[in-house]
Amino acid sequence: MSPLKELIFKRIAFGALTLAVISVLIFVGVELLPGDLAEAVLGQNATPETVAAFRKELKLDLPAHERYLAWLSDFVRGDFGNSLSNGRPIAGLIGWRFANSLFLAATAAAVAVPLSILLGILAALYRNSLFDRTISMVTLTMISFPEFFIAYILIAILSAELGLFPSISNINDQMPLWEKLYAVFLPCATLTMVVTAHMMRQTRASIINILGAPFIEMAKLKGLKRLRVVVVHAFPNALSPVINVVALNLAYLVVGVVIVEVVFVYPGLGQLLVDSVSKRDIPVVQAAGLIFATTYVLLNLLADVLAIISNPRLRNPK
Amino acid sequence: MFRLKELEKLLAQGKVSRRDFMRQVSALGLTAAVSPLLLPGGALAETPKKGGRLRVGISGGSTTDSLDPATITDMMMQVFNTSLRNNLVEIDADNRAIPELAESWEATPDAKKWVFKLRKGVEFHNGKTMDAEDVIYSINHHRGKDSKSAAKALLDSVEEIKSDGKDTVVFTLKGGNADFPYVLSDYHLSICPAGTDFLDGVGTGGYILKDYEPGVRGFAVRNPNFFKEGRAHFDEVEVICINDVNARTSALQTGQVDVINRCELKTVHLLKRMPGIQVMEQHGFKHYTFAMLCDVAPYNDNNVRLALKHAIDREQMVKTILRGYGTVGNDHPIAKANRYYASELPQRQYDPDKAKFYLKKAGLGKHVFKLHVSEAAFSGSIDAGVLYRESAAKAGIEIEVVREPSDGYWSNVWMKKPWCAVFWGGRPTEDMMFSTAYAAGAPWNDTHWNNKRFNELLVAARAELDERKRREMYVEMQQLVRDDGGVVVPMFAADLSAATDKLRHGKLAVNWELDGFRLTERWWFA
Amino acid sequence: MAFWNLVRRSPWSARIGLAIIALNVFAAIFAPLIAPYGETEIVGDVWAPKSADHLLGTDQLGRDLLTRLIYGARNTIALAFVTTALSFLVGSLCGFFAATLGGWVDMLLSRIMDIIMAFPTLIFALMVLSVVGTSIPAMIVVIALLDSTRVFRLSRAVAMDIEVMEFVEAARLRGEGIWWIMRHEILPNAMPPLVAEFGLRFCFVFLFVASLSFLGLGIQPPTADWGSMVRENAGAITFGIFIPLWPAAAIALLTVGVNLVVDWFLHMASGLKE
Repeated sequence: MSPLKELIFKRIAFGALTLAVISVLIFVGVELLPGDLAEAVLGQNATPETVAAFRKELKLDLPAHERYLAWLSDFVRGDFGNSLSNGRPIAGLIGWRFANSLFLAATAAAVAVPLSILLGILAALYRNSLFDRTISMVTLTMISFPEFFIAYILIAILSAELGLFPSISNINDQMPLWEKLYAVFLPCATLTMVVTAHMMRQTRASIINILGAPFIEMAKLKGLKRLRVVVVHAFPNALSPVINVVALNLAYLVVGVVIVEVVFVYPGLGQLLVDSVSKRDIPVVQAAGLIFATTYVLLNLLADVLAIISNPRLRNPK
Repeated sequence: MFRLKELEKLLAQGKVSRRDFMRQVSALGLTAAVSPLLLPGGALAETPKKGGRLRVGISGGSTTDSLDPATITDMMMQVFNTSLRNNLVEIDADNRAIPELAESWEATPDAKKWVFKLRKGVEFHNGKTMDAEDVIYSINHHRGKDSKSAAKALLDSVEEIKSDGKDTVVFTLKGGNADFPYVLSDYHLSICPAGTDFLDGVGTGGYILKDYEPGVRGFAVRNPNFFKEGRAHFDEVEVICINDVNARTSALQTGQVDVINRCELKTVHLLKRMPGIQVMEQHGFKHYTFAMLCDVAPYNDNNVRLALKHAIDREQMVKTILRGYGTVGNDHPIAKANRYYASELPQRQYDPDKAKFYLKKAGLGKHVFKLHVSEAAFSGSIDAGVLYRESAAKAGIEIEVVREPSDGYWSNVWMKKPWCAVFWGGRPTEDMMFSTAYAAGAPWNDTHWNNKRFNELLVAARAELDERKRREMYVEMQQLVRDDGGVVVPMFAADLSAATDKLRHGKLAVNWELDGFRLTERWWFA
Repeated sequence: MAFWNLVRRSPWSARIGLAIIALNVFAAIFAPLIAPYGETEIVGDVWAPKSADHLLGTDQLGRDLLTRLIYGARNTIALAFVTTALSFLVGSLCGFFAATLGGWVDMLLSRIMDIIMAFPTLIFALMVLSVVGTSIPAMIVVIALLDSTRVFRLSRAVAMDIEVMEFVEAARLRGEGIWWIMRHEILPNAMPPLVAEFGLRFCFVFLFVASLSFLGLGIQPPTADWGSMVRENAGAITFGIFIPLWPAAAIALLTVGVNLVVDWFLHMASGLKE
């Protein structure tokens, strides 16, 4: 096995280990949440009798490790059990919502990642020019607004005022693709604005950092064009922090967009997780939490592997 | 029956006065068969038209909801379930109990035994004809040891339910209750076919379930066999869950929904100015309280309670927190819409001097009162706490406002912290309200108040069928809560909803939001 | 003074940035002196429009908006700064250690950070703050901990790149200790991306506080903080009213200011002359 392959293999093994630890933490952590499922589900309607009846159904009398093992083996087999609060199979509840979350994340990423890298490169290329400063100001202003605020502004202008796009994005499976894309335009634009600044600024900073390096000076001395220097020589060497930031933002797009889901009434997984936490629907929280964690670990793994591949010096560690 | 139809037609054409109509109908002994819309209180402003799809943008839905009536806790399911199913008893726009799936009822003089005659020939969506067995099955779903129903406590007073033939159900109660029909109007107690798992959405309602995704959307089409005449006018009903108030508002503005509930108080005056939009106010039973535990020091001293009751500026609360959409409270939970509201009791005023006086009398010395609030308690409760702090400071009373997380508020703060903000939806009858939250030992007695005279009156008034005597008792009870109880009731909040001006409705019922949850049944498009 | 010399040679953008920061810091320090009213004082009608008495109008309870903004600077800037500094201290230290030492230290630290990061942040904060209760110190620690994982990843990645450079290798051969290498070789070279990140993270704290107030956690009322102020007033946007949105503008202004200075620093650090 080549060292590169071995390194990558190692990373995958550690990713799996991380997931195992996370599954234990999620299981324990969720059960430690203060409050009680029965009381949360019933709210003000909770009386000692109704609470007692609920707890009995939860099988909270079994020891924790037994419940954990049963839960994990069911989870691995794809059997997520039933929701406590409405008795529906969790796989069905989560399935289409996770697909929706991925759809929105993918759409936003497809716009945001190329856009921010392009803007980052251009800003580095024309640093300190009016263009650079304008991009800088605009993106900074955008990220300093909370996302719900950006969403409201977009709704106020593009939906309420001009009537171009729907203000709620309640998509369903019967819609053809283009209709779905139209429906998610505003949430997608909101998310693009939220993540672009971060990625763009990191790209710019990394490239500028590299531009002072001796080999770039060398390339310049050789008389290469600025564009060529930045794109061919500087950017590949600045890749590893960029990949990291992109991975972070992709993970955010999948797992962290609950506020955008709420504002645009988008049926994603984040909404389900928050509802389930507040209602203490433990099996759903555990399943959704583990799916989020898996997504995150996988994206990180991918970022790590890409960073290794992209950096020739890292391929041969001492 | 033919004669009745003829009378209805004459009334609609204006050839017979409403009074004559009612007199003749009564003479025929057919009151229960009359379409409820024609009964007094059901306004006949305009003849309803059929058709259209009503899209309701509603808050209070959750992905953890289900179609089982026992699990209903919030607006989305309350409205959707009411579209699919019916109860034995309905509350009309004047807060009276009128027959729904029951045709009539009568009680024994001690109000302990209630006999309900059922409406004949009503069909469920699955084709089954409704009878006594279905009623007993549906009500028993909320009773018994293993029931997880939120309505369980409500039916605690029921000793036994049995049928007497196919069309009669007999309820025997543990103690007399003159308001028992109101109990049966509770939104959990929908009638479903016997043997159902309650998740299929089958009922007798004006709309038949087509599609349901918890916390997202409910969709139903008109039931062609609906038993009520002149009700359920829409072809299709779509209930869309939109929990964020700004998203709800913009969905209404952009025409993606036709009606929304719970407008944002801060911006409702702007919404009112929008063309093509009507804002509807309902003054019902909803009130906000600051509950003190009467068995925990220093709140066990009534002087402290009175001091705090005098240290709050109710007018300012209504003006600032409710933006004027509400009325001041008088430190008891009975609303003006209730039948026995004590209008003769003087209104308690903000009076820093009296507050100082009572605080001094309590001899407490320097004390910081911790008031626990949260957005989960009621919308604006944090602001209300801050206002309270400012007004009390002028009376030399120091209040510290403690913001608690929304998550877990009802299990970790309410009834646990000695002084906290509480939301009450209110109850249509005095007895339900007092028994739920003021009777000694009641599970939700959130002040741990225990007043001997009050508790005696509560039992006596419940079984009293004489209106005058009953009223006297309830007035005295309101006074007892006001002057001795553990609650500060600063305000009663109006329910605000908004709709496109193409929607029409009669006089709005105030027992619950959106016309008593019955907008899909009672409203129509112009 | 060296700083003044530096400022004199700085580009106009950096001067604007410095002026914005100075303004905010001034407001924060002297809030009780310059604010026209008391922080929690109810002085007017609800949502009064701007007037001579209330330059920016009043808020949802009838408190002077300008006063709340000034106190908001005082309450939030310090919090944001301490939180960000703490997260960078923890995050970059761990990141450098992981990169320089490698082996099991790297593995252990990376896994711990991965595990923390794998929880959605809001849920994580919700769980922790529900258990320990909401207080300013608890909030600082929780946000710093969550932020430090991001800083860790970045600083580790940057340090890994530097760590394999020839000059680090040379230092190792000279027998320099790990602290020396971290301070003299890695830190100066890793500074630019870290400072860029600092500028952003600093502003994210305001937004995080806003999200926390979404869940009913966060700063206790009636203390003014910008994040909660934005949230409380956001509804007006739906009706095209932008006047009550000053707190959002305040956050944006400070963000731009901080990052203008950061850009200047990046430029100086890159050693580019143009």
